[in-house]
Formats: sequence, structure tokens, C-alpha cells
Amino acid sequence: MAIACETLIDGLLLGALYALFGLGLSISLGVMRMINIAHGDFIVVGAYLTSLTMQLAGMQPLASLIVVVPAMFILGWLLQRLLLNRVVGGGMFAPLLVTFGLSVIIQNLLQETFTADTRSLQAGDIARRGFEVGSVSIGVLPLLSASVAVLLFALTHLLVARTHFGRQSRAVADDPATARLIGVDDKNFFAMVTGFVFAVIAIASVLYAMRTPFSPSAGPERLLYSFEAVVLGGLGSLWGTLAGGLVIGVAQLFGARISSGLGPFFGHLIFLLLLVARPNGIFNRQPR
Amino acid sequence: MLRTEGLRARYGLFQALFDVNIRVGASEVVALIGSNGAGKSTLFRSIVGSVRVSPRSVWLDDVAIGGESERRQLDRGVVLVPEGRRLFPSLSVLENLQLAARNGRRGQWTIERLLDELSVLRPLAKRPATSLSGGQQQLVAIGRALVANPSYLLCDEVSLGLSPLAVTDVYALLRKASAGGTAIVLVEQNVNRALSESDRFYCLQKGRVMLEGESAAADRAKVAQAYFGV
Repeated sequence: MAIACETLIDGLLLGALYALFGLGLSISLGVMRMINIAHGDFIVVGAYLTSLTMQLAGMQPLASLIVVVPAMFILGWLLQRLLLNRVVGGGMFAPLLVTFGLSVIIQNLLQETFTADTRSLQAGDIARRGFEVGSVSIGVLPLLSASVAVLLFALTHLLVARTHFGRQSRAVADDPATARLIGVDDKNFFAMVTGFVFAVIAIASVLYAMRTPFSPSAGPERLLYSFEAVVLGGLGSLWGTLAGGLVIGVAQLFGARISSGLGPFFGHLIFLLLLVARPNGIFNRQPR
Repeated sequence: MLRTEGLRARYGLFQALFDVNIRVGASEVVALIGSNGAGKSTLFRSIVGSVRVSPRSVWLDDVAIGGESERRQLDRGVVLVPEGRRLFPSLSVLENLQLAARNGRRGQWTIERLLDELSVLRPLAKRPATSLSGGQQQLVAIGRALVANPSYLLCDEVSLGLSPLAVTDVYALLRKASAGGTAIVLVEQNVNRALSESDRFYCLQKGRVMLEGESAAADRAKVAQAYFGV
């Protein structure tokens, strides 16, 4: 019982990180109707950027967020401005192809620059610390990353529901042509959105790299988990993405209990089974 | 004064406007009359920048503004109420207005004033915009353009599909906008209504201006001829 309870909690904490991977994907899909196939690779880019910052500036992983978050925001802004704006709005297919190409390029660039070796961050003391609740032990780092994830979901929700930025994003998602008529400069706005998405990626990648070793080819698997979180939750539903991530995380860890190494398999299995039961996702909104 | 000069617009190979010249004076009300496909909506879209046209084909107070983005035209006070209202379903009535008020110019038309003038909308402000009746939605659509404080308000088919009572409300709002000094260009299917509400009119047919003049002195037979092309 204690083991099941611990697995559940660990699964939820891991799932929150997957959900955070999915958050950026959910936003770009919801606002720009665009799927970024290189999403996972940018998470890995963020991880290497963190590693580099720590080496060069001698910073702790969490402190390096001060550098990594703005750097990733700028990277996202430039990427949208210079490249993705040329393909967005013309259907799903062109952005898919372009970002697929980006994914290949990024993986090779990372391998060329950092070799194919696996890296891990020196997270220090925090990675080893934990505490006991009854007979269940909880790691401080997983708890921290899950709290950050939930906080970011809440902040994004407020941003979308309450601010001018959010009103613009919903208007553009509804009807880009009319949004332009009332002064939403969609191309410029998309660059801001992608900048925001990349800032979220930056936070996700620091938390990810602190608990898991990473390599240049780790991107596609992150993308897959992000995707599963978004699709399982229901396209366009922010809180659905969080729920989707949690489900995947729990399924993976219970799977790993049954046989270590089968964790991801069980994650995918539950994803497929749930999708058969609810083809539009758990929190599906009315189809447009 | 807002005017077009030899305005040509095309969609790919299809040319929709041929050398269209119209002018709208400050605080004037001008009607555009013409059958479906005459080019009225294209003319509007060309002026506000949704259809790319050459710089020297649209002029505002002797500055060439053709082909500039919707954002720039909004900053200059040239605003379009699109056909079919086009409110954002994910936004409440109030949010639709807030978005435009924030992006548009400051001036006499605030959200507060608009809700005072349209008291029927006040209790509905938090509702999703597209849950309102057609007439109310049209008022919100015009209001959304008004809170951007335009100098020139282009209204595309603002009475289409509305009940006679709702049409009365729509024109009452437009008259208030006009009284505040906003120039209005109207596209209206009801020719009598268009002529009675406007100072001057243009008849468009197949992308060309066929007839223009003072609305009060309009010859109905000639207008009908220009309208139907018979």
C-alpha cells in the first residue's frame, strides 16, 4: 500500500513535469494553430544552455534561470519572427515540415557541439534531499518542479483569462483576420507568444535537466510526452494538458513498478486506451 | 479627407476593382451602393489594409496610406466594421470592447460611454459575445470599432439579417457616432435606407464607380440602372 501510494505521488510529480513540457505545445497549438515538432529538441537546447551557463558563470542550476529564461525568450522570438511566421496560418502542414527539419538540424548541431555523450547537471544537495510523510518518502526536487509546473499553469491561465495579452491571444485564435482589423499585429504577437512558450520551455528544461541526464537525441522523447499530455487533455484545454501530463506520469511509474524499463511503454499504452475511450481528450471543449 | 485614387485591387488573377475614385470628407456620411460582387467589401478591405494595394491609391489628408497594415490604419483612425459582425466567440462582450479600446486611439468614445448609450448591453457585458441576439451583436461590432475612436468608420452590411427594430437601433448608434464628428461610409443593401441616411452616395458595379452624387437629389431610376446594370 505504501509502495502504491509512493508510486502514485512520484507519478504525479513526474507527470507535472511532462505537463510543463506540454504547456508550451498547448499554447502554440491553441493560439497559432501550429505544432512545433522541434519542441522537445528545444527543451534539450535549454538543458545544454543551462549546463553551459553553469560552467561559464559558475552558477547553480536554479540561479541559471536568470540567464536561460531571457535567452530562450529571445531565441523563440527570433525563431517566430524570422522563420515560423512565414509558414504559420497556411494550414498545419507547412509548420510541421519546417519544424521537423529544425528538429533534425538541432539534434545534429547539438551532437556536433557537445558530442553524443550523456550529460547531467550538478544539481547539488537539493537533488538528494527528501522527507518522509508517514511511510512515504517524497523528493524535494520533484516536489519543487511539480509546484513550479502547477504555478506556471495557474499563471498562464490568469494571463489568458485576465490580461490584454490573453484577450489578444484568444481573439487571434478565434479569427486572425478580424483580430488584425482591431489592431492585433498577429505576426508581432506570434513572436511574443513563441517567446513566452520558449521561456516556459527554459524553466521546464532546467527542472528536467536537474533530475534526468540528457543527450542531443533526447528531444523526440520529450516531444512525445508533451504531445501525449496535450492530446490526452484535449486540444486547446490548458488544464487538460496538466491532467494529461499527470496521467502519463502516473502510468509510467506504475508500469516501471511492474517491470523496470516498461515505464514509457505503459505510459503510451494508457494514452492509447484513454484515447480510444475519449477520442477528443479528457477535457475536450466543444469542437470549433 | 479620405479618398481613393485610381484604386485597383485583385485577388490573384481576378481583378475586383478598376480605378475606383471615391472621397469621404471629415464627418461626412457616404453610402456605397451596389449588388453582390460589385466590389464594396473589397473597397473597404483595400482601404484598411486587408487587401494589398499600391501606396498612392489611398490617401488620408494628402498622405498616401495605401497598402499599409490594418494596425497602421487603425492608428490613423480608419476602422472597418466587417460584414457578419465577426465578434470573437472566446471573448465576452466587454472583452471584445476592451481589446479594441486598448489597441485603438483615445477619444470621446470610451467603453463607459458606449455602455451608457447602449444600456441594453450593460447587463450582458460579461456574456460571451456571440451568445447575444443578432441585433445586439451588431451593436457590439459597431461599438468595438467606435471605442477605437475612428475618424473614418467603414460599415459593411451593418443591417444584414436584422429585424427592422434592430436596424433602427443600429442606425441610431451610427447617427450618434456621426454627431460626434466621425465620418461614416455605409454599405447597405436597402437602397432607400442608404440614401436617406447619407449625404452622398457612390454606385459600384463590377468593380467600377458607375454613378455618384448627393443622396437627397439621387435619381432612383438612375441608381437602379447603376445597381442592376440594365
